[in-house]
Amino acid sequence: MSDLRAAVAAGALGSEEGYRELLQSIVEVARAIFGARASSVFLFDEESDELVFEAVSGEGAGDLIGQRFPSSTGIAGWVLVTRQPLVVEELDKDPRFAREAAESTGFVPKGLMAVPLLHEDRALGVLEVLDRPQKAAFSLAEMELLGLFANEAAIALDLLLKARTARAVLEGEGGEAAAFARFASRLDDADEEKREAALQLLDALGKLLRER
Amino acid sequence: MTEEPADLPAWSLPAGAGERISIGVDWPERVTRDWAFGGATGKGVRVCILDSGIEAGHPRVGEVEGAVAFNRDDEDEIDVVDDTEGDLCGHGTACAGIVRQLAPECELFSARVLGAGFKGSGPVLLAGLRWAVDQDFDVINMSLSTTKRQFAELLHELADKAYFRNTVLVASAHNMPVESYPWRFSSVISVGSHEEPDPMTFFYNPSPPVEFFARGVGVEIAWLGGGTILSTGNSFATPHMSAICALVLSKHPELTPFQLKNVLYLTANNVGGGA
Repeated sequence: MSDLRAAVAAGALGSEEGYRELLQSIVEVARAIFGARASSVFLFDEESDELVFEAVSGEGAGDLIGQRFPSSTGIAGWVLVTRQPLVVEELDKDPRFAREAAESTGFVPKGLMAVPLLHEDRALGVLEVLDRPQKAAFSLAEMELLGLFANEAAIALDLLLKARTARAVLEGEGGEAAAFARFASRLDDADEEKREAALQLLDALGKLLRER
Repeated sequence: MTEEPADLPAWSLPAGAGERISIGVDWPERVTRDWAFGGATGKGVRVCILDSGIEAGHPRVGEVEGAVAFNRDDEDEIDVVDDTEGDLCGHGTACAGIVRQLAPECELFSARVLGAGFKGSGPVLLAGLRWAVDQDFDVINMSLSTTKRQFAELLHELADKAYFRNTVLVASAHNMPVESYPWRFSSVISVGSHEEPDPMTFFYNPSPPVEFFARGVGVEIAWLGGGTILSTGNSFATPHMSAICALVLSKHPELTPFQLKNVLYLTANNVGGGA
Protein backbone atom coordinates (compact mmCIF):
# COMPACT_ATOMS: atom_id res chain seq x y z
CA MET A 1 0.00 0.00 0.00
CA SER A 2 2.99 2.32 0.30
CA ASP A 3 2.90 2.84 -3.45
CA LEU A 4 -0.71 3.92 -3.21
CA ARG A 5 0.21 6.31 -0.43
CA ALA A 6 3.01 7.69 -2.61
CA ALA A 7 0.51 8.12 -5.41
CA VAL A 8 -1.85 10.07 -3.24
CA ALA A 9 0.92 12.03 -1.48
CA ALA A 10 2.40 13.24 -4.71
CA GLY A 11 -0.88 14.70 -5.74
CA ALA A 12 -0.93 12.15 -8.54
CA LEU A 13 -0.89 12.94 -12.21
CA GLY A 14 -0.68 16.67 -12.67
CA SER A 15 2.26 17.31 -10.35
CA GLU A 16 5.06 15.93 -12.53
CA GLU A 17 4.97 18.84 -14.94
CA GLY A 18 5.10 21.31 -12.04
CA TYR A 19 8.21 19.73 -10.57
CA ARG A 20 9.90 19.69 -13.97
CA GLU A 21 9.24 23.41 -14.23
CA LEU A 22 10.69 23.92 -10.76
CA LEU A 23 13.83 22.02 -11.73
CA GLN A 24 14.09 24.04 -14.94
CA SER A 25 13.78 27.25 -12.96
CA ILE A 26 16.57 26.13 -10.61
CA VAL A 27 19.04 25.61 -13.48
CA GLU A 28 17.98 28.95 -15.02
CA VAL A 29 18.67 30.77 -11.74
CA ALA A 30 21.93 28.90 -11.11
CA ARG A 31 23.15 29.86 -14.57
CA ALA A 32 22.16 33.50 -14.06
CA ILE A 33 23.72 33.82 -10.59
CA PHE A 34 27.04 32.34 -11.69
CA GLY A 35 26.92 34.14 -15.06
CA ALA A 36 27.56 30.74 -16.61
CA ARG A 37 27.18 29.48 -20.15
CA ALA A 38 25.04 26.51 -19.18
CA SER A 39 23.67 24.62 -16.22
CA SER A 40 22.07 21.20 -16.02
CA VAL A 41 20.54 18.69 -13.66
CA PHE A 42 21.16 14.98 -14.15
CA LEU A 43 18.84 12.43 -12.65
CA PHE A 44 20.27 9.12 -11.53
CA ASP A 45 18.12 6.38 -13.07
CA GLU A 46 18.51 3.52 -10.63
CA GLU A 47 16.99 0.89 -12.87
CA SER A 48 19.39 1.39 -15.78
CA ASP A 49 22.29 2.67 -13.62
CA GLU A 50 22.57 5.76 -15.84
CA LEU A 51 22.58 9.53 -15.50
CA VAL A 52 19.91 11.32 -17.53
CA PHE A 53 19.76 15.02 -18.52
CA GLU A 54 16.60 16.17 -16.74
CA ALA A 55 16.84 19.99 -17.01
CA VAL A 56 19.18 22.17 -19.07
CA SER A 57 19.59 25.94 -19.29
CA GLY A 58 21.76 27.70 -21.84
CA GLU A 59 23.98 25.81 -24.25
CA GLY A 60 22.39 22.51 -25.23
CA ALA A 61 18.94 23.34 -23.82
CA GLY A 62 16.29 21.46 -25.71
CA ASP A 63 18.51 18.88 -27.37
CA LEU A 64 20.01 17.25 -24.31
CA ILE A 65 16.96 16.45 -22.21
CA GLY A 66 16.58 12.70 -21.97
CA GLN A 67 20.15 11.89 -23.12
CA ARG A 68 21.79 9.22 -20.95
CA PHE A 69 25.23 7.94 -20.04
CA PRO A 70 26.61 5.35 -17.59
CA SER A 71 26.40 6.46 -13.95
CA SER A 72 30.10 6.34 -13.15
CA THR A 73 31.54 8.05 -16.23
CA GLY A 74 32.27 11.69 -16.88
CA ILE A 75 32.74 14.31 -14.21
CA ALA A 76 29.06 14.07 -13.22
CA GLY A 77 29.72 10.37 -12.64
CA TRP A 78 32.73 11.10 -10.38
CA VAL A 79 30.59 13.41 -8.34
CA LEU A 80 27.74 10.92 -8.05
CA VAL A 81 29.89 7.98 -6.95
CA THR A 82 32.17 9.91 -4.59
CA ARG A 83 29.34 12.17 -3.25
CA GLN A 84 31.91 14.98 -3.41
CA PRO A 85 31.43 18.35 -5.12
CA LEU A 86 34.13 19.08 -7.66
CA VAL A 87 35.38 21.93 -9.83
CA VAL A 88 37.47 21.25 -12.92
CA GLU A 89 39.09 24.00 -14.98
CA GLU A 90 41.06 24.04 -18.26
CA LEU A 91 39.07 21.10 -19.60
CA ASP A 92 39.52 22.35 -23.15
CA LYS A 93 43.25 21.58 -22.80
CA ASP A 94 42.45 17.87 -22.85
CA PRO A 95 41.82 16.71 -26.43
CA ARG A 96 40.18 13.44 -25.37
CA PHE A 97 37.68 15.16 -23.09
CA ALA A 98 37.04 17.86 -25.70
CA ARG A 99 36.27 15.28 -28.36
CA GLU A 100 33.97 13.26 -26.11
CA ALA A 101 32.14 16.36 -24.88
CA ALA A 102 31.68 17.66 -28.40
CA GLU A 103 30.33 14.31 -29.53
CA SER A 104 27.86 13.93 -26.70
CA THR A 105 26.66 17.48 -26.02
CA GLY A 106 27.84 19.52 -28.99
CA PHE A 107 29.98 21.94 -27.03
CA VAL A 108 33.23 21.83 -25.08
CA PRO A 109 33.21 23.61 -21.73
CA LYS A 110 36.40 25.21 -20.44
CA GLY A 111 35.48 24.42 -16.88
CA LEU A 112 32.66 23.10 -14.78
CA MET A 113 31.39 22.85 -11.23
CA ALA A 114 29.47 19.76 -10.23
CA VAL A 115 27.73 18.87 -7.01
CA PRO A 116 25.83 15.74 -5.94
CA LEU A 117 22.11 16.02 -5.29
CA LEU A 118 21.63 14.31 -1.95
CA HIS A 119 18.26 13.88 -0.30
CA GLU A 120 17.92 12.07 3.01
CA ASP A 121 20.31 9.15 2.52
CA ARG A 122 19.98 8.90 -1.25
CA ALA A 123 22.03 10.34 -4.11
CA LEU A 124 19.43 11.44 -6.65
CA GLY A 125 21.60 13.06 -9.29
CA VAL A 126 24.07 15.82 -10.07
CA LEU A 127 23.88 19.58 -10.69
CA GLU A 128 26.44 21.10 -13.06
CA VAL A 129 27.32 24.70 -13.87
CA LEU A 130 29.48 25.10 -16.98
CA ASP A 131 31.82 27.93 -17.94
CA ARG A 132 31.37 30.58 -15.33
CA PRO A 133 33.30 33.74 -16.37
CA GLN A 134 37.04 33.37 -15.79
CA LYS A 135 37.67 35.31 -12.64
CA ALA A 136 40.97 35.41 -10.78
CA ALA A 137 40.44 32.18 -8.90
CA PHE A 138 37.67 29.86 -7.98
CA SER A 139 36.55 30.34 -4.38
CA LEU A 140 35.08 28.09 -1.72
CA ALA A 141 32.28 30.64 -1.35
CA GLU A 142 31.14 29.74 -4.86
CA MET A 143 31.20 26.09 -3.88
CA GLU A 144 28.95 26.85 -0.93
CA LEU A 145 26.55 28.79 -3.13
CA LEU A 146 26.42 25.85 -5.48
CA GLY A 147 25.66 23.62 -2.49
CA LEU A 148 22.61 25.76 -1.70
CA PHE A 149 21.30 25.31 -5.23
CA ALA A 150 22.00 21.63 -4.93
CA ASN A 151 19.79 21.35 -1.84
CA GLU A 152 16.95 23.00 -3.72
CA ALA A 153 17.46 20.86 -6.80
CA ALA A 154 17.58 17.69 -4.68
CA ILE A 155 14.21 18.49 -3.15
CA ALA A 156 12.70 19.21 -6.57
CA LEU A 157 14.17 15.99 -7.95
CA ASP A 158 12.81 14.01 -5.01
CA LEU A 159 9.31 15.42 -5.66
CA LEU A 160 9.63 14.68 -9.37
CA LEU A 161 10.61 11.08 -8.64
CA LYS A 162 7.67 10.66 -6.26
CA ALA A 163 5.30 12.04 -8.89
CA ARG A 164 6.70 9.58 -11.43
CA THR A 165 6.29 6.69 -9.00
CA ALA A 166 2.72 7.82 -8.50
CA ARG A 167 2.06 7.89 -12.22
CA ALA A 168 3.66 4.47 -12.69
CA VAL A 169 1.42 3.07 -9.98
CA LEU A 170 -1.68 4.64 -11.50
CA GLU A 171 -0.83 3.45 -15.00
CA GLY A 172 0.59 0.16 -13.83
CA GLU A 173 -0.72 -3.29 -14.53
CA GLY A 174 -3.38 -4.71 -12.25
CA GLY A 175 -5.12 -1.37 -12.13
CA GLU A 176 -6.25 -1.60 -8.50
CA ALA A 177 -4.57 1.64 -7.51
CA ALA A 178 -5.88 3.27 -10.68
CA ALA A 179 -9.40 2.18 -9.77
CA PHE A 180 -9.07 3.81 -6.35
CA ALA A 181 -7.63 6.95 -7.88
CA ARG A 182 -10.54 7.16 -10.36
CA PHE A 183 -12.95 6.66 -7.51
CA ALA A 184 -11.27 9.40 -5.47
CA SER A 185 -11.34 11.75 -8.41
CA ARG A 186 -15.09 11.15 -9.08
CA LEU A 187 -15.82 11.54 -5.40
CA ASP A 188 -14.11 14.91 -5.55
CA ASP A 189 -16.31 16.00 -8.46
CA ALA A 190 -19.60 14.74 -7.01
CA ASP A 191 -22.15 16.96 -5.24
CA GLU A 192 -22.65 16.55 -1.52
CA GLU A 193 -25.69 14.26 -1.70
CA LYS A 194 -24.00 11.84 -4.10
CA ARG A 195 -20.80 11.92 -2.14
CA GLU A 196 -22.62 11.04 1.06
CA ALA A 197 -24.29 8.09 -0.68
CA ALA A 198 -21.02 6.92 -2.23
CA LEU A 199 -19.23 7.02 1.12
CA GLN A 200 -22.05 5.01 2.76
CA LEU A 201 -21.79 2.47 -0.02
CA LEU A 202 -18.01 2.32 0.43
CA ASP A 203 -18.48 1.84 4.16
CA ALA A 204 -20.87 -1.04 3.52
CA LEU A 205 -18.41 -2.53 1.06
CA GLY A 206 -15.71 -2.35 3.72
CA LYS A 207 -17.94 -4.26 6.18
CA LEU A 208 -18.73 -6.86 3.56
CA LEU A 209 -15.03 -7.42 2.90
CA ARG A 210 -14.34 -7.81 6.61
CA GLU A 211 -16.98 -10.59 6.94
CA ARG A 212 -15.87 -14.10 6.19
CA MET B 1 42.42 -8.81 15.02
CA THR B 2 46.10 -8.49 15.76
CA GLU B 3 47.25 -10.14 18.99
CA GLU B 4 49.19 -8.19 21.56
CA PRO B 5 52.70 -9.57 22.08
CA ALA B 6 52.57 -11.95 25.05
CA ASP B 7 54.75 -9.81 27.30
CA LEU B 8 52.57 -6.71 27.03
CA PRO B 9 49.57 -6.34 29.33
CA ALA B 10 46.70 -5.53 26.99
CA TRP B 11 43.69 -5.34 29.29
CA SER B 12 45.03 -4.20 32.66
CA LEU B 13 48.27 -3.11 34.25
CA PRO B 14 49.74 -4.89 37.28
CA ALA B 15 51.45 -2.89 40.05
CA GLY B 16 54.92 -1.73 39.14
CA ALA B 17 54.57 -2.74 35.49
CA GLY B 18 54.53 0.78 34.08
CA GLU B 19 57.93 0.46 32.48
CA ARG B 20 56.80 -2.62 30.54
CA ILE B 21 54.60 -0.33 28.46
CA SER B 22 57.10 2.46 27.96
CA ILE B 23 56.37 4.38 24.78
CA GLY B 24 58.84 4.10 21.93
CA VAL B 25 58.55 7.71 20.84
CA ASP B 26 61.21 10.14 21.95
CA TRP B 27 58.99 13.21 22.31
CA PRO B 28 60.80 16.52 22.10
CA GLU B 29 60.00 19.38 24.41
CA ARG B 30 58.22 21.07 21.56
CA VAL B 31 56.83 19.18 18.57
CA THR B 32 57.89 21.15 15.50
CA ARG B 33 57.43 20.49 11.81
CA ASP B 34 61.12 19.84 11.58
CA TRP B 35 60.87 17.10 14.22
CA ALA B 36 57.63 15.76 12.73
CA PHE B 37 58.56 15.49 9.07
CA GLY B 38 61.65 17.57 8.28
CA GLY B 39 63.60 15.77 5.53
CA ALA B 40 60.99 12.99 5.31
CA THR B 41 60.10 11.45 1.95
CA GLY B 42 57.45 8.93 2.91
CA LYS B 43 59.94 6.11 2.47
CA GLY B 44 58.73 2.79 3.83
CA VAL B 45 55.15 3.97 4.30
CA ARG B 46 52.39 2.04 2.50
CA VAL B 47 49.56 4.24 1.26
CA CYS B 48 46.40 2.74 -0.21
CA ILE B 49 44.21 4.84 -2.51
CA LEU B 50 40.67 3.48 -2.11
CA ASP B 51 39.11 5.01 -5.21
CA SER B 52 38.62 4.48 -8.96
CA GLY B 53 41.99 2.83 -9.61
CA ILE B 54 45.30 4.43 -10.61
CA GLU B 55 46.61 4.95 -14.14
CA ALA B 56 49.87 3.01 -14.12
CA GLY B 57 52.92 4.91 -15.33
CA HIS B 58 51.34 8.37 -15.14
CA PRO B 59 54.29 10.78 -14.77
CA ARG B 60 52.67 12.31 -11.69
CA VAL B 61 52.20 8.93 -10.06
CA GLY B 62 55.18 6.78 -11.00
CA GLU B 63 55.27 3.26 -9.69
CA VAL B 64 52.23 1.58 -8.17
CA GLU B 65 53.21 -1.35 -5.92
CA GLY B 66 49.96 -3.20 -6.22
CA ALA B 67 46.43 -2.78 -7.55
CA VAL B 68 43.24 -4.72 -6.92
CA ALA B 69 39.65 -4.19 -8.02
CA PHE B 70 36.40 -5.06 -6.29
CA ASN B 71 33.53 -6.17 -8.47
CA ARG B 72 30.05 -7.47 -7.89
CA ASP B 73 29.23 -10.70 -9.67
CA ASP B 74 25.82 -11.83 -10.91
CA GLU B 75 24.94 -13.29 -7.52
CA ASP B 76 25.76 -9.99 -5.78
CA GLU B 77 28.90 -11.51 -4.28
CA ILE B 78 31.92 -9.22 -4.27
CA ASP B 79 35.14 -10.53 -5.80
CA VAL B 80 38.58 -9.07 -5.42
CA VAL B 81 40.79 -9.44 -8.49
CA ASP B 82 44.13 -8.07 -9.66
CA ASP B 83 43.36 -4.77 -11.37
CA THR B 84 44.58 -4.69 -14.94
CA GLU B 85 42.38 -1.84 -16.15
CA GLY B 86 43.97 0.99 -14.17
CA ASP B 87 41.71 3.98 -13.63
CA LEU B 88 38.29 4.17 -15.25
CA CYS B 89 37.52 7.79 -14.47
CA GLY B 90 40.64 9.60 -13.26
CA HIS B 91 39.68 10.40 -9.67
CA GLY B 92 42.03 7.85 -8.09
CA THR B 93 44.92 8.84 -10.33
CA ALA B 94 44.45 12.47 -9.27
CA CYS B 95 44.58 11.50 -5.58
CA ALA B 96 47.61 9.26 -6.08
CA GLY B 97 49.45 12.06 -7.91
CA ILE B 98 49.04 14.43 -4.96
CA VAL B 99 50.32 11.84 -2.46
CA ARG B 100 53.29 11.08 -4.72
CA GLN B 101 54.13 14.77 -5.12
CA LEU B 102 54.40 15.37 -1.37
CA ALA B 103 55.66 11.96 -0.25
CA PRO B 104 57.76 10.91 -3.25
CA GLU B 105 59.18 7.73 -1.76
CA CYS B 106 56.04 6.23 -0.25
CA GLU B 107 54.66 2.95 -1.62
CA LEU B 108 51.36 3.47 -3.45
CA PHE B 109 48.67 0.81 -3.69
CA SER B 110 45.35 1.01 -5.46
CA ALA B 111 42.06 -0.56 -4.35
CA ARG B 112 39.42 0.15 -6.98
CA VAL B 113 35.92 0.44 -5.53
CA LEU B 114 34.51 3.04 -7.95
CA GLY B 115 33.86 3.02 -11.64
CA ALA B 116 31.72 -0.05 -12.17
CA GLY B 117 28.45 1.85 -11.93
CA PHE B 118 26.71 3.51 -9.04
CA LYS B 119 24.39 0.63 -8.22
CA GLY B 120 25.69 -1.55 -5.43
CA SER B 121 28.59 0.79 -4.81
CA GLY B 122 28.00 0.71 -1.03
CA PRO B 123 28.78 -3.00 -0.50
CA VAL B 124 31.75 -2.68 -2.88
CA LEU B 125 33.11 0.24 -0.87
CA LEU B 126 32.73 -1.75 2.36
CA ALA B 127 34.46 -4.80 0.89
CA GLY B 128 37.31 -2.62 -0.37
CA LEU B 129 37.78 -0.89 2.97
CA ARG B 130 37.63 -4.21 4.86
CA TRP B 131 40.33 -5.58 2.57
CA ALA B 132 42.50 -2.48 2.93
CA VAL B 133 42.26 -2.58 6.73
CA ASP B 134 43.21 -6.28 6.74
CA GLN B 135 46.28 -5.49 4.61
CA ASP B 136 47.71 -3.30 7.39
CA PHE B 137 48.39 -0.31 5.19
CA ASP B 138 49.82 2.62 7.11
CA VAL B 139 47.50 5.15 5.45
CA ILE B 140 44.23 4.67 3.55
CA ASN B 141 43.05 7.64 1.47
CA MET B 142 39.28 7.85 1.05
CA SER B 143 38.27 10.81 -1.12
CA LEU B 144 34.69 9.57 -1.07
CA SER B 145 31.80 8.92 1.24
CA THR B 146 28.43 7.27 1.39
CA THR B 147 25.14 8.72 2.60
CA LYS B 148 23.51 5.32 3.11
CA ARG B 149 22.72 4.87 6.79
CA GLN B 150 22.62 1.12 6.42
CA PHE B 151 26.40 1.13 5.89
CA ALA B 152 27.21 3.56 8.69
CA GLU B 153 27.52 0.97 11.45
CA LEU B 154 29.77 -1.35 9.45
CA LEU B 155 31.91 1.58 8.31
CA HIS B 156 32.19 2.70 11.91
CA GLU B 157 33.40 -0.74 13.00
CA LEU B 158 35.95 -0.79 10.19
CA ALA B 159 37.15 2.72 11.03
CA ASP B 160 37.70 1.72 14.66
CA LYS B 161 39.36 -1.53 13.63
CA ALA B 162 41.77 0.44 11.43
CA TYR B 163 42.47 2.86 14.28
CA PHE B 164 43.46 0.08 16.67
CA ARG B 165 45.50 -1.75 14.03
CA ASN B 166 47.62 1.35 13.40
CA THR B 167 46.13 2.15 10.03
CA VAL B 168 45.28 5.81 9.55
CA LEU B 169 42.07 6.43 7.65
CA VAL B 170 42.03 9.86 5.96
CA ALA B 171 38.61 10.76 4.57
CA SER B 172 37.01 13.65 2.67
CA ALA B 173 34.49 15.65 4.63
CA HIS B 174 31.35 17.11 3.10
CA ASN B 175 31.04 20.83 2.66
CA MET B 176 27.27 20.53 2.63
CA PRO B 177 25.02 19.82 5.59
CA VAL B 178 24.43 16.15 4.80
CA GLU B 179 24.98 13.05 6.91
CA SER B 180 27.67 11.01 5.25
CA TYR B 181 30.34 8.54 6.30
CA PRO B 182 33.05 7.58 7.22
CA TRP B 183 34.53 11.05 7.65
CA ARG B 184 32.24 11.86 10.59
CA PHE B 185 33.76 9.21 12.83
CA SER B 186 36.34 10.38 15.35
CA SER B 187 38.69 7.46 14.59
CA VAL B 188 39.14 8.95 11.11
CA ILE B 189 41.15 12.01 10.05
CA SER B 190 38.53 14.10 8.23
CA VAL B 191 39.59 16.75 5.75
CA GLY B 192 37.98 19.86 4.30
CA SER B 193 39.54 22.50 2.02
CA HIS B 194 41.30 25.81 2.59
CA GLU B 195 42.12 28.34 -0.13
CA GLU B 196 45.86 28.76 0.48
CA PRO B 197 48.17 27.77 -2.40
CA ASP B 198 50.86 26.04 -0.31
CA PRO B 199 50.44 22.24 -0.35
CA MET B 200 52.03 21.86 3.10
CA THR B 201 49.72 24.38 4.76
CA PHE B 202 47.09 22.70 6.91
CA PHE B 203 44.88 23.82 9.75
CA TYR B 204 43.31 22.12 12.75
CA ASN B 205 39.62 22.96 12.94
CA PRO B 206 38.49 23.73 16.49
CA SER B 207 34.85 23.27 15.36
CA PRO B 208 34.56 19.61 14.36
CA PRO B 209 33.33 17.26 12.91
CA VAL B 210 35.69 18.37 10.09
CA GLU B 211 39.04 18.09 11.88
CA PHE B 212 41.59 19.43 9.40
CA PHE B 213 41.66 21.77 6.41
CA ALA B 214 44.21 21.09 3.67
CA ARG B 215 44.86 22.52 0.23
CA GLY B 216 41.84 21.87 -1.96
CA VAL B 217 41.37 24.87 -4.26
CA GLY B 218 42.96 25.27 -7.70
CA VAL B 219 45.06 22.13 -7.34
CA GLU B 220 46.95 20.84 -10.36
CA ILE B 221 45.92 17.20 -10.49
CA ALA B 222 47.02 14.24 -12.60
CA TRP B 223 44.53 13.69 -15.40
CA LEU B 224 43.97 10.54 -17.42
CA GLY B 225 46.26 10.21 -20.43
CA GLY B 226 49.35 11.51 -18.67
CA GLY B 227 48.37 15.17 -18.39
CA THR B 228 47.32 17.51 -15.61
CA ILE B 229 44.35 19.78 -15.01
CA LEU B 230 43.22 22.35 -12.41
CA SER B 231 40.64 21.16 -9.94
CA THR B 232 38.96 22.06 -6.66
CA GLY B 233 37.30 19.87 -4.04
CA ASN B 234 37.73 18.11 -0.72
CA SER B 235 38.58 15.04 -2.80
CA PHE B 236 41.97 16.66 -3.41
CA ALA B 237 42.46 18.20 0.03
CA THR B 238 42.31 14.68 1.47
CA PRO B 239 45.39 13.25 -0.31
CA HIS B 240 47.38 16.31 0.82
CA MET B 241 46.64 15.23 4.40
CA SER B 242 47.31 11.57 3.58
CA ALA B 243 50.72 12.54 2.22
CA ILE B 244 51.55 14.60 5.32
CA CYS B 245 50.59 11.55 7.44
CA ALA B 246 52.92 9.44 5.29
CA LEU B 247 55.77 11.91 5.84
CA VAL B 248 55.32 11.87 9.61
CA LEU B 249 55.05 8.07 9.71
CA SER B 250 58.16 7.61 7.58
CA LYS B 251 60.12 9.55 10.19
CA HIS B 252 58.23 8.15 13.20
CA PRO B 253 56.87 4.73 12.22
CA GLU B 254 56.02 3.86 15.81
CA LEU B 255 53.27 6.48 16.09
CA THR B 256 49.72 5.23 16.61
CA PRO B 257 46.83 7.03 14.85
CA PHE B 258 46.06 8.73 18.18
CA GLN B 259 49.62 10.00 18.47
CA LEU B 260 49.76 10.95 14.80
CA LYS B 261 46.62 13.06 15.14
CA ASN B 262 48.28 14.85 18.04
CA VAL B 263 51.37 15.53 15.91
CA LEU B 264 49.15 16.91 13.15
CA TYR B 265 47.40 19.13 15.69
CA LEU B 266 50.68 20.42 17.13
CA THR B 267 52.15 21.14 13.69
CA ALA B 268 49.02 22.66 12.12
CA ASN B 269 49.51 26.19 10.79
CA ASN B 270 47.08 27.67 13.31
CA VAL B 271 48.67 25.84 16.25
CA GLY B 272 52.45 25.49 16.23
CA GLY B 273 53.33 24.75 12.64
CA GLY B 274 53.01 28.22 11.20
CA ALA B 275 56.13 29.46 12.93
